[in-house]
Amino acid sequence: MIAMKQMVAVSAIALAAATGIARAEEPLNAEVIHWWTSGGESAAIAVFADAFNAAGGKWVDNAVAGGSAARSAAINRIIGGDPSTAALFNTSRQYHEIIGEGLLNDIDAVASKNDWDKVLPAPIANAVKVDGKYYAAPVNIHMPLWIWYSVAALDKAGIDKPPETMEQFLADLDKLKAAGIIPLALGGQRWQENSLFSAVLTNVGGAKLWTSVYGDKDEAAIRSPEFRKVIETFVSLKPYVDQASQGRNWNDATALLIKDEAGFQVMGDWAKGEFKQANKEIGKDYGCIPGLRPDAPYVLGGDVFVFPKTDDAEQVKAQHLLVEIMTDPDVQVKFNNLKGSIPIRSDVDVSSLDACAQLGMKIMSDPARQVPDASQMMEEFVYGSVQDIVTELWNTPMTVDQAIDRFEKALKG
Amino acid sequence: MGAEFTRHVRRNLVAYIALLPMAAVVIFAYLGTMAWSVRLSFSSSKLLPRNDFVGFAQYVTLFDTSRWLTSLGNLAVIAFFFLLICFVLGCLLAIFIDQNVRAESLFRTVFLYPYAMSFVVAGLIWQWILNPDLGIQATMRGFGFSGFVLDWVVNPRMVLYAVILATVWHGSGLVMALILAGLRGIDGEIWRATRIDGIPAWRVYLSIVLPMLRPMIITSLVLLSISIVKMYDVVVAMTNGGPGTASEVPAKFIMDNLFERANIGLATAASTVMLITVLLVMAPVIYSQYFRKSGRAA
Repeated sequence: MIAMKQMVAVSAIALAAATGIARAEEPLNAEVIHWWTSGGESAAIAVFADAFNAAGGKWVDNAVAGGSAARSAAINRIIGGDPSTAALFNTSRQYHEIIGEGLLNDIDAVASKNDWDKVLPAPIANAVKVDGKYYAAPVNIHMPLWIWYSVAALDKAGIDKPPETMEQFLADLDKLKAAGIIPLALGGQRWQENSLFSAVLTNVGGAKLWTSVYGDKDEAAIRSPEFRKVIETFVSLKPYVDQASQGRNWNDATALLIKDEAGFQVMGDWAKGEFKQANKEIGKDYGCIPGLRPDAPYVLGGDVFVFPKTDDAEQVKAQHLLVEIMTDPDVQVKFNNLKGSIPIRSDVDVSSLDACAQLGMKIMSDPARQVPDASQMMEEFVYGSVQDIVTELWNTPMTVDQAIDRFEKALKG
Repeated sequence: MGAEFTRHVRRNLVAYIALLPMAAVVIFAYLGTMAWSVRLSFSSSKLLPRNDFVGFAQYVTLFDTSRWLTSLGNLAVIAFFFLLICFVLGCLLAIFIDQNVRAESLFRTVFLYPYAMSFVVAGLIWQWILNPDLGIQATMRGFGFSGFVLDWVVNPRMVLYAVILATVWHGSGLVMALILAGLRGIDGEIWRATRIDGIPAWRVYLSIVLPMLRPMIITSLVLLSISIVKMYDVVVAMTNGGPGTASEVPAKFIMDNLFERANIGLATAASTVMLITVLLVMAPVIYSQYFRKSGRAA
């Protein structure tokens, strides 16, 4: 009986406490859909979650494995009228159609308060700004086309310093091959073959060809001798890849560099995570080359959060708080250190970033070298057709003329 | 007629009521979504469904897309070899087991076991077996045969046959089980009669038993055909369509355009083409079923 009384008393207190809290300050609930599930990624997004909770919010994590699955989930929720507070997308055209349909809230209030026009690099600002309004919060910049190398493998092949031009790079590939080392570690998957092609396009063709072919879809540029040379160079790389590359995952290709079995790999800055996990050091065990020409363009990819339309004042408040937190300079440094990317703004303290990230920040400070990622310059289905051509070019004896015709059709059609 | 109909309904009222939920599901969920997909294939939908009308534009684009044409060609090759090999192998396995072999249930289990596995697992296993770095080739080279080559999954010319190998391994057990069930239903008197007439066993199987197994054969062919059309997971697990586009299949084209490339219009046009293909394949089967019914009634 006494126990019963106690229980009633306890639950009464609990109830009072619960309602009391509810009355005092309801935490801002924010449900966030994202696909960052791997070790480093979930540690990175935890930085956002902790900072948001510390600022009086309540982060509700909704991780969906796989980028396209997570984006589909977010879009289905938006169409179904039950959207999350925020959702992760790539810095690209992926979310432009839902902006066009009026399904996203703009975040201009926060953006203008924090002077985004000044602090964001132009390609990133263009990717998140539609009709003069900011619709997405960029959180990181990934440069997808770094060239990584194994110091030991290069030493073994008698290469005394990493290449600085395309000619040196090709000569080094020959030396590596002669030394019995896999010259180029590649995973034979569509997107990796496409990364390699993009690297050839930016390093052989330069920023101008990159933007005029992929951005302006200029017929003269597609038919130009420079673009022809890009295709020829790309095809000439085939003999430097080992036979087992087909279907290999990118991290398995990076592992070849870690084991000093391969010389070079073209991969985004997320590859650093693999080296770090294997206790390898920049400069001593591996190195990063941002480009093979003095004015090599720095391709700006990355991720953004979008904020689905809602009239609920509490949700809008939560959305604005999320933007504030995610783009805060300190949070940016902490987050990007774990994610392997670099901060979206130039006004941060870069001293805690690693050497490759600092190099990236330095290159990025030159606006002339900033170029948008290919996915920001064309719609997804166009980019998909481009990747189909690249993978066929790599895997079949397609001629250069056929390739040019097909590029023209895919980009212009 | 009217009175008879009412009486029929009244007598089976409970059965009809019990069937209603299922009928509703079929009409709204299956046929409804199918009609919606066909409708979308005539729109310009990209990421979101749109309600406009662009005629056959998506179909024109579709048949101008080399990856789609490659996918269709690949499907034709896979369908031909998969159906043929699976069916012949399945029948032979069933006939062998039907010879009163010892440990029959063991063999039955062994041959049917692959079918119990999901296509993803089957695809992964064969990917590993045929992977030049991990599987048979690496093992043989490890034994000292340094020139040994088995590179089917990485060779654009052979990759389709690697997929066929995996699917045959997966599917022939099902054919075996169905045909074996049919063989067990054959009246022993028939065998006795043919033995008296001195007809060789292979002839009996070919000319008498197999024709009697028509329902089993049709069922297994239909099941195999369906698994061909929806073939997706095995390709994703084994090759992901590669090398290049050498092992792309239509279902993968549809999924990629639907989810990764935000191209709903093109994806639904492709799925409509597949739907029509399936209907064309199924039409003779359905026809023969009805044909058989009327034949029996007469």
